[in-house]
Amino acid sequence: MTKLTIDGKSVEVPPNTTIIQAAELAGVEIPRFCYHERLSIAGNCRMCLVEVEKSPKPVASCAMPVAEGMVVHTRSDKANKARNGVMEFLLINHPLDCPICDQGGECDLQDQAMAYGTDRGRYDEAKRAVKDKNMGPLVSTIMTRCIHCTRCVRFATEVAGVQELGATGRGEDMEITTYLEKALSSELSGNVVDLCPVGALTSKPYAFSARPWELRKTETIDVMDAVGSAVRVDARGREVMRVLPRLNEIVNEEWLSDKGRHACDGLQYQRLDKPYVRGANGKLKEATWAEAFAAIAAKVKNLPGTKVAALAGDLVDAEAMFALKQLMSSLGSPNLDCRQDGAAVDPAVRASYLFNSGIAGIDQADALLIVGADPRKEAPIINARIRKRYLRGGVHISVIGEKLDLTYPYHWVGASPDLIAACKPPEGSKTPMIILGMAALTRPDGAAILESARRVAEQTGVVKEGWNGFNVLHTAAARVGGLDVGFAPGAGGKDTRRILDAASKGEIEVVYLLGADEIDTAKLGKAFVIYQGHHGDKGAHRADVVLPGSAYTEKSGTYVNTEGRVQRAERAVFPPGDAREDWAIVRALSEALGKKLPFDSLDQVRAAMRAANPIFAAIDSVTKAEWKPFGTAGTIAATGFNYPIKNYYMTDPISRASRTMAQCTEEFVMGSKARTGTHG
Amino acid sequence: MSVRQLSPDQPASFAFKPEYSERAKRIIAKYPAGRQASAVMPLLDLAQRQEGWVTRPAIDVIAQMLGMASIRVLEVATFYTMFELHPVGQHHIQVCTNLPCQLRGSDAVVHACKEKLGIGLGERTADGKFSLMEVECAGACVNAPMAQIGDDYFEDVDAASIGKIIDALKRGEKPKAGPQNGRVHSAPLGNFTSLNDAPTPPPMQDLGAAKAAFEKAKADAAAKAAAPKT
Repeated sequence: MTKLTIDGKSVEVPPNTTIIQAAELAGVEIPRFCYHERLSIAGNCRMCLVEVEKSPKPVASCAMPVAEGMVVHTRSDKANKARNGVMEFLLINHPLDCPICDQGGECDLQDQAMAYGTDRGRYDEAKRAVKDKNMGPLVSTIMTRCIHCTRCVRFATEVAGVQELGATGRGEDMEITTYLEKALSSELSGNVVDLCPVGALTSKPYAFSARPWELRKTETIDVMDAVGSAVRVDARGREVMRVLPRLNEIVNEEWLSDKGRHACDGLQYQRLDKPYVRGANGKLKEATWAEAFAAIAAKVKNLPGTKVAALAGDLVDAEAMFALKQLMSSLGSPNLDCRQDGAAVDPAVRASYLFNSGIAGIDQADALLIVGADPRKEAPIINARIRKRYLRGGVHISVIGEKLDLTYPYHWVGASPDLIAACKPPEGSKTPMIILGMAALTRPDGAAILESARRVAEQTGVVKEGWNGFNVLHTAAARVGGLDVGFAPGAGGKDTRRILDAASKGEIEVVYLLGADEIDTAKLGKAFVIYQGHHGDKGAHRADVVLPGSAYTEKSGTYVNTEGRVQRAERAVFPPGDAREDWAIVRALSEALGKKLPFDSLDQVRAAMRAANPIFAAIDSVTKAEWKPFGTAGTIAATGFNYPIKNYYMTDPISRASRTMAQCTEEFVMGSKARTGTHG
Repeated sequence: MSVRQLSPDQPASFAFKPEYSERAKRIIAKYPAGRQASAVMPLLDLAQRQEGWVTRPAIDVIAQMLGMASIRVLEVATFYTMFELHPVGQHHIQVCTNLPCQLRGSDAVVHACKEKLGIGLGERTADGKFSLMEVECAGACVNAPMAQIGDDYFEDVDAASIGKIIDALKRGEKPKAGPQNGRVHSAPLGNFTSLNDAPTPPPMQDLGAAKAAFEKAKADAAAKAAAPKT
């Protein structure tokens, strides 16, 4: 440990710390633009100058390591004068257009200019003007405002792993640009907007729509993938204006995937705001709640429970699934499943469907085998974590599956999952890890792959005392929560595949879709379909009765992420029109069906949930899963994987309704398509 | 210096000619494995020698050869002003107009070039033979004013001599590089103006005499100390 004094406070920090980090530990804030704790040190903005005794010049604190007995003054006249000078230089070319700048009100330069700037300039010369660059549909650029901190370049290169951003030219003519002004092809590109300390890079979809002080901020979590990133939803009135990441070291650090950030405009379109009942003419007609419930009761009341089935979707909160499960069992139906994709995980063994090591566990892994997963598309945040681990060195990454661009190099074992049985981590590996993706588990031989992976895990030290590196990477935010509430086939019940088969044969006459849109609705046959959800997507189109529910920003709901972390999403806005919270809809319906569920408030639902499964009591934490045998031995077909996410930008009803995501699809997924005359 | 960007007119492809490719391989081999990116500047130079300027396809080819991202190569190419990002003439005339050259008459040189070639600064003749550019200090102030044509420095030029050089280049000759007014390298024109005398040794050069004087003084002091006090 190194002892030093900062502003009269004595602190002890590990050697190799920089002064700015030591100051943070001492509770002293040093202004900065280019320094960012998750990026490499550039030391080019000079805003963090401090005075160090016995040093002839002010020192850039972000780049200077601490030394024993160092005496640092961060607020001395000399330090302040140095920063005043730096600020004056920065403002030579920075336009004074804060009133029309989207960063206004949350701008580092604006704030620090208030502290260190002067109220008049000494420069009469014209300011430089820089051509704006195209960085795709998510990032808007006003490059004249750029102060060349290069945070965006370092983020793209280091964290996102796409070497596309760079600084061309030099000196006054330095410009930040992508190569040939192509859009930034990363699923994390929105983060450069957060990193930009000025208004050079701003959010394109959010451009000129609100000022930060007008927004109501709600801390919640993201459900666009199974990572459960911590987010803050900024709303104005009834509209969600934007979604920003929140700091959560063990999950998303401070990044957020582009879908989580920008799909929020989908919450405005295609919404179900009234109950609908399919009329005699075959068209859906607006109805009251009572009419909708009556239509359902007429169909369900005289039906044996075995002819009723329920499927839960990818964005559903655990409370709604819990309530529906209760309703189904009171109807006497064992046919329910939350695995729309038919993943072969074992609902009875929690360890078989969790990312057991935890997302932060990736930092400790020294060998990694990815089977049938495309983490870059399925969970960009986890992919960034793996890349971070790769950059630190000393990890051996291998892949079974397609040769995907994962932003880090890996050893390609082969395309087919039967190779897994022969896999073992390199000699001397202490904390090996397997990541099993949905492409592997949703195949007909998924259970055999799961069993094979379990056996390899047990034999090669992936699972042992004190370390469990057996990880399943889910693609849906609701999946683990659904399995944890037991939204899975009961005794003698049918799973998704069999429910659909039975429905097409007419054996099942009523199917309750709780936000389930990712199924083949053609297979529902002649069944009476109840769709409860928030978007008019595939499920609602097929439905005979539509019950308008609320999206993740409109209710307080519990979600369990892929590592088994129980998290709460909170209400930021109210659902539109007649839409209600999902658990309440199920509760109201139960009364109409004469099977009144025993809870009247969200707290009572949660109490019942906790009683049924104690893991729901531990909010924001992970209850470790017990290791038990799972999977079914069988032959594994030597064929390649069919990855679940073809188009990263459109995977669920919200992102399919989002205009921003549609633009991204056009830019990144259909990029090769020739533009026709109707394009601008 | 102005903002340096890639030319809007780019050829469709680029490939090193066999002899250049051979040189490129030798250059890359100079660097240890995993450090090939260090060869980016010599390779850009090689591409410029082959094509006359650095083209976008050349940047992509070099990036691929060195396992770098194209943007990293572009950063280098735009940073250094001696990489030409726009097509230049077969004879690329770079006249220094920095302070010492300007004081010695570079304005007249630039003017003469413009007159002779019928083009302005930063332009290329229609036949593609000549291009003209002003540059910052080329490091030949002692022979100011100067112009660089290709790899050659033409020093101590004036309006008349730069005209002759251009005429010679037009005829396809190879004019003699170096000072154009008869100077030898950077020696003065005509007679030497300084250091004409035989060099005189600096004082204290004669160590023998100094040693003798020192020993004599020591002996005197000893004799004085030994003499009986009166």
